[in-house]
Amino acid sequence: MAHHTLHMPCTEADIRKLRIGDHVTLQDTLFGIRDATQIHMFDHGRRTRFDLRGHAVIHTAPNVRKVDKRATNDSGYEAVCIGTTTSDRMERFTRPLMEREGVRIIIGKGGLRESSQQAFADLGGVYLAIIGGTAALETTWIEAIEDVDLDDLNPESLWRFRIRDFGPLLVAMDSHGGSLFAEVQQKVQDRRAAALARLGVT
Amino acid sequence: MTLMTRQGVEPLRIAPEAIEEAAKLLYIRALKILPDDIKAGFSTLVATETDGTAQSILATMVENIGVAERTENLLCQDTGIPIFNVEIGRNVELDGWALKQAIRRGTERATREHPLRSSVVHPITRQNEHTSCGTHVPVINIDFVEEERVLRLAMIPKGSGSENGSFLQMLIPADGLAGVKRFVIDAAMKAGGKVCPPTIMGIGIGGTSDLCMHLAKVAATRPLGSRCADEQGAALEVSLADAVNSLGIGPQGLGGDSTAFAVHVEVAATHITMNPVAVNIQCHSARRASATFTPDGVSIGF
Repeated sequence: MAHHTLHMPCTEADIRKLRIGDHVTLQDTLFGIRDATQIHMFDHGRRTRFDLRGHAVIHTAPNVRKVDKRATNDSGYEAVCIGTTTSDRMERFTRPLMEREGVRIIIGKGGLRESSQQAFADLGGVYLAIIGGTAALETTWIEAIEDVDLDDLNPESLWRFRIRDFGPLLVAMDSHGGSLFAEVQQKVQDRRAAALARLGVT
Repeated sequence: MTLMTRQGVEPLRIAPEAIEEAAKLLYIRALKILPDDIKAGFSTLVATETDGTAQSILATMVENIGVAERTENLLCQDTGIPIFNVEIGRNVELDGWALKQAIRRGTERATREHPLRSSVVHPITRQNEHTSCGTHVPVINIDFVEEERVLRLAMIPKGSGSENGSFLQMLIPADGLAGVKRFVIDAAMKAGGKVCPPTIMGIGIGGTSDLCMHLAKVAATRPLGSRCADEQGAALEVSLADAVNSLGIGPQGLGGDSTAFAVHVEVAATHITMNPVAVNIQCHSARRASATFTPDGVSIGF
């Protein structure tokens, strides 16, 4: 169970080194993305001016405050509270996000499913689990909102955050077919009959 | 016109402005300070969890509660769908329409003035008015209680991750209680880590379809340590919690004993041909805040 520090953007080789159960701390840059962002990018054909190749995206829609544009907040936004949403709803966007935009890391909560697992293996990607509902803590890892695109979708815009020591995050799905979520789900399935038996149900 | 108030006792009168201020305050407070019973629930799980990963996840959740209080920040970025439960006691005089408008204004002001992320959109256009309000939102539930000269305004910001873990089945009498139990176990498995466990699983049993789901929401948002008033329902709470936590879903769905703080049950009488069951889930950020108005003033709590 190694710990890795990754400076963004990263390479496929960096990603292939990661195994489920490892921990990762990210540095420098992180992009925020969500349901509406990806619906507009992949279903409505919209493009972003950001170069996402080798980067990490986090499933989020932040609480922000509008401020005057200045050196530390070029976006005109200041972070109030930035956390993470449930990833499962965005399952079908994993492959296009990787193929078209070159994203290598998805950060979220609750996990992704088989088609994402396959995309991670085929293209060299990884899912890092953050702990949902711990946004106050997560916000302290974000230094600034540097830029924003597709902002008509606010709060589901495409955000660029400057980060420092973002993590530790748990490698929950790796590029070698491993998934902690799938492992747990199998165990849970195996325990269903026993759970029902405790309730006197056969 | 005669006012139906008790002779010689001045009724409790509450100005809409006071409701508006309370609604604003409660929305923000609920998002920042977790109720004591939920904090105690974390302590119980930390003391009993046997899985290492689950222990470290619980520790981070507890750390986050402290960071939120120290930095006066939101516990979770999800500002939720705002729900207000209003309990009106006897001998209270108010303009009901004005009360509803005041709750709405308070919600809008909290969103704009803090500021908070408005998580509320039109269901068809997906347009966000950036007010946390829309058609029928905030959700306002009004009930009347026996207590003299009291009005209680309770606020729940209901997060979407857990709200998406809602399930209803119109079972039939032949499915029996076994069908209800099976439905609850399967709902917990379907919800998995998506609903941000450890959770409070709310189960509605009986009533009509809409009442059944409402009961599930009432159950999911009840304080930890409270019990179902119905004896049969209370017994089910204990056995269902034991069974759900034996599944091993664990915090965040990454394995462990701590899947649910508790399973809460609410029941309503139902039809001879019906056997409805509903599940509504509250995430570990089980946020609540309340204001109680009495002739002595307003007190703020959970």
